[in-house]
Amino acid sequence: MIPAAFSYARAESIDDALALLAEHGDDAKLLAGGHSLLPLMKLRLATPSVLVDVGRLQELSFVRDDGDTLAIGGLTRHHDVEHSSVLRQHVPLLAAAAGEVGDPQVRHRGTLGGSLAHGDPASDLPAVVLALRGSIVVRGGRGERVIPADDFFVGFLETALAPDEIITEVRVPKTGGAGWAFEKFNRRAQDWAIVGVAAVGGDQPGVALVNMGSTPVRASAVEAALRVGASVAEAAAHAGDDTEPPSDLNASPDYRRHLARVLVGRALTTVAEPATASGGSR
Amino acid sequence: MSVPTPEISVAITVNGVMTEHEVEARTLLVHHLREVVGLTGTNIGCDSTSCGACTVLLDGESVKSCTVLAAQADGGTVTTIEGLADGDALHPMQAAFREHHGLQCGYCTPGMVMAAVSLSQEALTEEGGVLTEHAVRKGLEGNLCRCTGYQNIVAAVMAGSAEMAGSAEMAGSAEMAGSAEMAGSAEMAGSADMAASDAGSGR
Repeated sequence: MIPAAFSYARAESIDDALALLAEHGDDAKLLAGGHSLLPLMKLRLATPSVLVDVGRLQELSFVRDDGDTLAIGGLTRHHDVEHSSVLRQHVPLLAAAAGEVGDPQVRHRGTLGGSLAHGDPASDLPAVVLALRGSIVVRGGRGERVIPADDFFVGFLETALAPDEIITEVRVPKTGGAGWAFEKFNRRAQDWAIVGVAAVGGDQPGVALVNMGSTPVRASAVEAALRVGASVAEAAAHAGDDTEPPSDLNASPDYRRHLARVLVGRALTTVAEPATASGGSR
Repeated sequence: MSVPTPEISVAITVNGVMTEHEVEARTLLVHHLREVVGLTGTNIGCDSTSCGACTVLLDGESVKSCTVLAAQADGGTVTTIEGLADGDALHPMQAAFREHHGLQCGYCTPGMVMAAVSLSQEALTEEGGVLTEHAVRKGLEGNLCRCTGYQNIVAAVMAGSAEMAGSAEMAGSAEMAGSAEMAGSAEMAGSADMAASDAGSGR
């Protein structure tokens, strides 16, 4: 499979990338690691006429300690997120989940910003950033915006990112010693999650679901139950509430709701364990 | 502002040889390697980032070359299965696959070996040791084999990884001791070269 023909430009800087986007508008797409975009282009489901390669903008690959929060550059690869000692220490959920994305080859290329910009409800990291109550920093012609993760995912493969904007960084609060868990249920190695759960404990518990709707979704009913002191079983029973999970070869909506309840139960059990320093990825 | 072009000049060092070609911007790295550079050891399996048959090393790290543009590898270093052996002397990972019969039809093998080399290098540089069976099974998640049931592949990768670790250790001590005799061993020197170039080329 070969993508439809396009013109290619390698951005020399963020400003260069933004100028190219402004010039070519809707016809242009940013290329980071390419592991969401190129498969779509090979299937001709995406046919941009201009690709703006931002993959070499080293200034967008970093993990920065801002005190109470960490900022991760938009072009930080999953491999680097997974192995970042700062992330492992302060936001272990994100580091662990990055290590569950795809496979090692995919993690060598795919980027955090690229995964969020793609906005796939079946992707692991959008739900993680939701659970963490992170925010996405974007830059474009109108300057810089900071978009809370709750406002970022607006539809199937659709985000609040405008066509002339680029994700510069992702901010997530440090979770300290709070328990956390990432549950990814699939039937074959390397597959997308049939259902996944990202959960973090602490004063304001966060729980978000992978592949349970047209966007990554917050498990609001579960969080609400936890806030009023519900047990793990009581809270997990709400995991399917208000969800519209997809139906496909792997699972019906009802089975996905069942999975969500089971996986949220497992995740919350892990979160509640006293010795959670090593966390709870499957 | 950079100007988008439908064609691009791509300069890639492939298996130590500098190559430079004018290609369509949409050229995938796997097609570039097979059809432009002329190295057909890298196979195309699923063509959709799943099976790993097309795995090569880009700047020392495993990637699926069906999902990388040649343009993205411009200025970089690529190692394919053809670039592993030193003349007639197989790379330790290749030798381990032969020793442990880590293949049947062989179609997935080039990708398996390249993924295993990358995994072993990372175990040495980032995790500081030899791969466990669990790490091998998880690390080969992106490489599918429809023949073997993986048992011998896992055995081969563990043996190859241990051999690479031993070589790196011996080459390292040879370097420290300044022993011309040990550094003169082709196999060990080759492994040391690879370890050095891979460690220093993170993108």
